[in-house]
Amino acid sequence: MSKHHVTATVNGDVVEFLCETHRSLLDVLRDELNLTGTKEGCGTGDCGACSVTIDGRLTCSCLVLGVEVEGKAIETIEGMAAGAVLHPLQRKFLEHAALQCGICTPGILIAARSLLERNPDPTEEEVRYWLAGNLCRCTGYHKIVDAVLDAAREMRRQ
Amino acid sequence: MSEMRYEAPRTLAAAIALLSGANGQASALAGGTDLLIRMRAGSVEPALLVDIKGIPEMTSIVAENGGYRFGAAVPCMELVEHEAFSTAWPGVIDGVKLIGSIQVKGRATVGGNLCNASPAADSVPPLIAAGAVVGIVGPNGRRESPVENVVTGPGKTSLAKGEIVTSFLLPRRPPHSGDAYFRFTPRTEMDIAVVGAGVNLTLDDGGVCRQARVCLGAVAERALLVPEAAAALIGTRVDAAALKRLAAAASAACRPIDDKRGTKEFRIKVAGVMARRAAEMALTRARRKN
Ligand SMILES: Cc1cc2nc3c(=O)[nH]c(=O)nc-3n(C[C@H](O)[C@H](O)[C@H](O)COP(=O)(O)OP(=O)(O)OC[C@H]3O[C@@H](n4cnc5c(N)ncnc54)[C@H](O)[C@@H]3O)c2cc1C
Ligand code: FES
Ligand code: FES
Repeated sequence: MSKHHVTATVNGDVVEFLCETHRSLLDVLRDELNLTGTKEGCGTGDCGACSVTIDGRLTCSCLVLGVEVEGKAIETIEGMAAGAVLHPLQRKFLEHAALQCGICTPGILIAARSLLERNPDPTEEEVRYWLAGNLCRCTGYHKIVDAVLDAAREMRRQ
Repeated sequence: MSEMRYEAPRTLAAAIALLSGANGQASALAGGTDLLIRMRAGSVEPALLVDIKGIPEMTSIVAENGGYRFGAAVPCMELVEHEAFSTAWPGVIDGVKLIGSIQVKGRATVGGNLCNASPAADSVPPLIAAGAVVGIVGPNGRRESPVENVVTGPGKTSLAKGEIVTSFLLPRRPPHSGDAYFRFTPRTEMDIAVVGAGVNLTLDDGGVCRQARVCLGAVAERALLVPEAAAALIGTRVDAAALKRLAAAASAACRPIDDKRGTKEFRIKVAGVMARRAAEMALTRARRKN
């Protein structure tokens, strides 16, 4: 089977990979590039566990083909902390106990960062609407929303 | 899965040549939020995917003759974030905003929402109410069509082989115009419309409705333009009596299906309620705009 040769940027590094047309970006990230922080919950765009940004735009990587990202810049959860220093959102998720099993967490962190880049001072309602595409089976969402609002507060002070 | 070709042309001419020249099924790929899911489910197996997102004409939003033209492959989030467009056509944006999550809207396009031809597509009723016209390009050249003539039934369009929708033209709006789209769903987000209603109206300086278009979604095999419902508003101040006649006309036009989301009776009743609420919101917006 013929494979496409794709060059893209992932978390600032140029990467090259080979993939068949039908392979999703999610599969490429996890199976070719060994970036397994991005999770698969549904594969149909419903759960948000596979959230990444492509050229700054929040998307479900399960609904993108690997071949579609030629020349694009992708950000995944692996690029969120600066070395050993956690991003404020990551720290606040720990402080607020905003995760239990953790499967939804990488996607929610990526989605929340994308919100705060556009709107540094969201209301609780805005946070809930923005994260409506990220499902969590464990936490009941309150702690997640609290953590995002608290991180936003801290980031505004910096 | 059998071997599938992928092409990402940079020009419309190249895209049309690929789509019309293919042996076997060729599909335009916009955001992929419908197509990739149907491919994985095995309900479509295109031999060729033509990614249309690299064609500049299909990915821009431009002012034109006092109105707007946006490319059929513009992601929904770009339309939502376009302040001038959102202010000019808030009802179209009501519909676009309802297409899935922020993630889905980051990819999904209005062209795909229309051409996927679901009777419940949320951007379609407000676009039809707005009087939007699509640009279409194919092997025989360019043509234009009102949005209401594109979809012919569930999953079916009037596009010929090799034709694609390139853009949507929203006309210049007279003063005191407003539009709105409401849908009924069991959940507020991430759900499929049981009924949707788009209303677009224009008032004169005295507050009397001079033009109106009403379009219903999910109550027939495709979005329905309902002139009788619009007629109930025209010549009135959109008062309680006019709204009641609008609701009755909207309900009367429905020919819905029964399914797990709603019975026929429920859809018919709710269509009137949604049309009334959309008209009230359109009226509020029209009064705000001088
Ligand atoms: C989780 C989730 C939630 C959703 N929620 C909603 C919702 O609430 N409301 C709603 O209306 N939809 C919803 N959708 C459906 C979908 O996101 C929309 O229909 C979307 O607008 C499709 O656009 P696309 O660009 O992704 O289309 P694609 O999947 O790329 O294409 C869809 C079809 O249209 C054809 N096509 C695309 N562009 C063109 C063109 N320019 N010319 C000719 N043919 C073309 C393709 O060949 C394909 O057959 C949801 C989807 C998901 C995954
Ligand atoms: S795995 Fe992509 S949205 Fe669920
Ligand atoms: S922490 Fe388990 S799904 Fe969210």
